[in-house]
Amino acid sequence: MSARNVNVFYGEKQAIKNVSIDVDTDNVTAFIGPSGCGKSTFLRTMNRMNDTVASARVEGNITLDGEDIYSPAMDVVQLRARVGMVFQKPNPFPKSIYDNIAYGPRIHGLANSKADLDNIVESSLFRAGLWDEVKDRLKDSGTALSGGQQQRLCIGRAIAVEPEVILMDEPCSALDPIATAKIEELIHELRGRYAIVIVTHNMQQAARVSQRTAFFHLGDLVEYGVTTEIFTNPREDRTKDYITGRYG
Amino acid sequence: MPEQHTVKAFDDDINKLRGLIAEMGGRVETALEDAMTALVQQDFKKAKTVVINDERIDALEAEVGKLVIETIALRAPMANDLREVIAALKIVSVVERIGDYAKNIAKRVPKIGDHRTIEPLSLLPAMAQIAGEMVAESLNAFAARNAMLAEAVIERDQIVDSFYNSIFRTLVTYMMENPKTISECAHLLFIAKNIERIGDHATNVAEMVYYAATGNYLPERDRINDDDI
Repeated sequence: MSARNVNVFYGEKQAIKNVSIDVDTDNVTAFIGPSGCGKSTFLRTMNRMNDTVASARVEGNITLDGEDIYSPAMDVVQLRARVGMVFQKPNPFPKSIYDNIAYGPRIHGLANSKADLDNIVESSLFRAGLWDEVKDRLKDSGTALSGGQQQRLCIGRAIAVEPEVILMDEPCSALDPIATAKIEELIHELRGRYAIVIVTHNMQQAARVSQRTAFFHLGDLVEYGVTTEIFTNPREDRTKDYITGRYG
Repeated sequence: MPEQHTVKAFDDDINKLRGLIAEMGGRVETALEDAMTALVQQDFKKAKTVVINDERIDALEAEVGKLVIETIALRAPMANDLREVIAALKIVSVVERIGDYAKNIAKRVPKIGDHRTIEPLSLLPAMAQIAGEMVAESLNAFAARNAMLAEAVIERDQIVDSFYNSIFRTLVTYMMENPKTISECAHLLFIAKNIERIGDHATNVAEMVYYAATGNYLPERDRINDDDI
């Protein structure tokens, strides 16, 4: 996906100022920055989640495989299948594990038969690193799983509709260290197949999981670069202050 | 850029680290000065003190090593903080070696006996003076995180190397002309070599300071006196 000169306003307040950035499948991209810097706002522009906020206005150009995602011709429901999202608090549907995964493919018409659907459910759960843990209890409720498992279920749900991009908004904030490590390992496995963008408050996590890091501050994209460079030798003073804990 | 971390304890750790390195540097500079004074004045007691005091230098290296590991584990330093902490670890190891060279010089003092007539000896204090200054300046550069000061130290290594080559030739000539002094001169040769190595190590410290300050490595130096004796 490519963003060029993106500005986002909530009413009169400008939340994102002239941001341009590219994301691809080869590199997991982390968005870091202090609270209120606009990183989640920008993430939400990438699958038009800001459409649900009445006062939000997006200017500039965002494309997926060259297609303008804000064009009137773009089917927003399709877009959100191609650009999936995982949220901070795991939010599985109040359905069985099976139906959590099967719901998306069903409504998008991705399966021609029950056997197809079974395959999609199995491969999605497998790719989300959850299959072994739930294969014998697919009829159990998704909400009965642990926090970490629920989050992997949500990732599986996103994967089931064959996205190109997966957006993650602080996916591990509500999880314990072991569940977090499993999600980070999963991100590592998904890299290359999907373009992954992760918003995180945890700089060590950004350093661990990403190959590119973008530092946002007060709506500006201050610095964007190779993760190892950002964390060992950042160019901008604001970046250096933030990552070394001299911020504020 | 604000100097201080939001978490003050982090600043305390970094300051403690710098303090330990400054103490270690001071002790090593004193060790070299005292070793050379002991040599020139044939002061065996002073030489012994240098040897004994080396233990404290070794203990400081261990203390810094421990503090670096704790800082990395607890503070997860990034960027320039990380480079400084890693540089500190490498630098104390080098400074401890410099202390060992000073101790080695002191150990040779009783073995040299009456050498007041060996003229080439008079070159050694001047050489040691420069090497000692390089050590002091490289550690000042570290304390100030100043890349330019570090570069200035590196420039001076040529002088120490030239000094060494000159002393070597002078001592060899002297030995050929005064074979009875071969034993003493051999010790003096080793001492000269030790001082030359101290200059090299000070240069290594300066290179690490440069990296910690800038995040870049200096290009390989061209050595003018390339014939390593």
